[in-house]
Amino acid sequence: MNSQTEDIVLSPSVREEIDRWLVKYPPERRQSAVMAALRIVQESNNGWLSQKHLEAVAAYLEVPLIAVQEVATFYSMFELSPVGKHKICVCTNISCMLRGSDDVIAHLSKRLGIKPGETTADGRFTLREVECLGACIGAPMMQIEHKYHEKLTPERIDHILDSLEGRHG
Amino acid sequence: MVDTCSTENDNVCLTTLEFDPPWTLENYRKVGGYQAWERVLRERTPASQIIAEIKKSVLRGRGGAGFPTGIKWSFMPSNVPGQKYIVCNSDEGEPGTCKDRDILRFNPHAIIEGMAIAGYTLNATVGYNYIRGEFWEPYERFEYALAEAHAAGLLGHNIKGTGIDFHIYTHLGAGAYICGEETALLESIEGKKGQPRFKPPFPAKYGLYGKPTTINNAETLACIASIVRNGGNWFNVLGEPICGGTKIFCMSGHVAHPGNYEVSLGTPFLELLAMAGGVWKGNRLKAVIPGGSSTPVLPAEIMKRVTMDYGGLTRVGSMMGSGAVIIIDETACMVRLLARIAHFYAEESCGQCTPCREGTGWLARMLHRIEHGEGRMEDLDLLADVANKVEGRTICALGDAAAMPVASFLKHFRPEFEYHVKYKKCMV
Repeated sequence: MNSQTEDIVLSPSVREEIDRWLVKYPPERRQSAVMAALRIVQESNNGWLSQKHLEAVAAYLEVPLIAVQEVATFYSMFELSPVGKHKICVCTNISCMLRGSDDVIAHLSKRLGIKPGETTADGRFTLREVECLGACIGAPMMQIEHKYHEKLTPERIDHILDSLEGRHG
Repeated sequence: MVDTCSTENDNVCLTTLEFDPPWTLENYRKVGGYQAWERVLRERTPASQIIAEIKKSVLRGRGGAGFPTGIKWSFMPSNVPGQKYIVCNSDEGEPGTCKDRDILRFNPHAIIEGMAIAGYTLNATVGYNYIRGEFWEPYERFEYALAEAHAAGLLGHNIKGTGIDFHIYTHLGAGAYICGEETALLESIEGKKGQPRFKPPFPAKYGLYGKPTTINNAETLACIASIVRNGGNWFNVLGEPICGGTKIFCMSGHVAHPGNYEVSLGTPFLELLAMAGGVWKGNRLKAVIPGGSSTPVLPAEIMKRVTMDYGGLTRVGSMMGSGAVIIIDETACMVRLLARIAHFYAEESCGQCTPCREGTGWLARMLHRIEHGEGRMEDLDLLADVANKVEGRTICALGDAAAMPVASFLKHFRPEFEYHVKYKKCMV
């Protein structure tokens, strides 16, 4: 359903943003920008990357496709299949676990009607359990898009989700 | 270099918190910010003199390994031509650790000034700050500070007409704990999977793009400017004499007021715990993981007499690690905690070395089954055996990091594991 057969052409704004990262590295080291390029392309494609996107990144950076595939499959922030409009990443590592990340997962699962790893039927939310996000003194916490939400309580979670729904609904 | 103390408080890294906002160049200047860098530029302080001060400070790497920074810097070849690099490791991911995030957010200029001085000292004209991909706010804050420093003529080409160049670029990670390992981090900047390299050659000889490179943790670099400004001795006497300075301790878990507390090394644990309001809910302290999830857990009775410094924690069988102090109260199940830790290392093993790739999975699966009442008594010895066979048999320290908690949890809390196996439920 989501497999694309046509080649993807990176938009001028995407290319411009990748170029801003390329200048950070020696000219002969274009591969250094693979991670940045994948992130930029992913953000421009509703949060995920198809095989065709990987090919487009490889072509633009003039690196072998396998180099891009290795990176795309190694790092946890790259999504290789479609995800919800909002990706909710809940840290369940020890500091968060000690402060009730189980309750956070339970509350989100109940409210959204999905388990960790799943996406709501309307495509609005994906719920994930993730490893330590480095905000242990704000535990329990979750990340939605670029933003960290800390010291979570059920009320706070509801408020955060309500405002997301309100803003985009 | 003068050995006088000119700061009003004893913080070295989190010096600007009293200002609003704390992260601006203007407010960093109020605490002596960039005085060291400007003096180095003006006086062209010999590199050997700077390294001598860093050595005198006894600053040790704050990322977890605790290697003396001055000695690390002296490994960089001084007479080899060609590009050299400084890399700041802001890939903070050791469970329990969140100090670099706050330095990046609240005092990013301290990192920039430290990187600039490091670059000058080690003859590197380019520095990369590797910030973990999830740290978007810290990344934006750091970029803002970089722009301010550029606009003020503190970075760039021919800085203040001295002929000295120094450029800093941020590189964003994309979710991989292993990239905190310095050679995996270099691979990652090169746009590859974060798989650690064999050492030797060490990065000082063969680092980023094969060039001599020094990698320091963000907190380590944030200490540099103060040391250069106030002298190595000033820093050293802030803490316990054989490992100087201050350290940020991330107090998390079952503590009343979780937070980052920058205190002198050598501070008694009980004092640190009291600063953070003690154990939450008035509960009894059961155990502490004193330096991040990979450092051996210690029971309360040992922790209560420990001082928080490299020697103090090593003497009782644990480690300073990254300074992530995870407080565990009487309600916590140690089996569940260890199972969660083991799951983490199994998730994050890069898969390069067989003992780690397979061993971390075994540990995680066995602990999962013990936790869920499906364990066998012989599993307990098998756990120790597998951990033993991972430890010391891998390219990087992730294997050791996975193995060390297992041994310490079993050593101090074995009855809880036996209870889980025997009664198929939790003791607490």
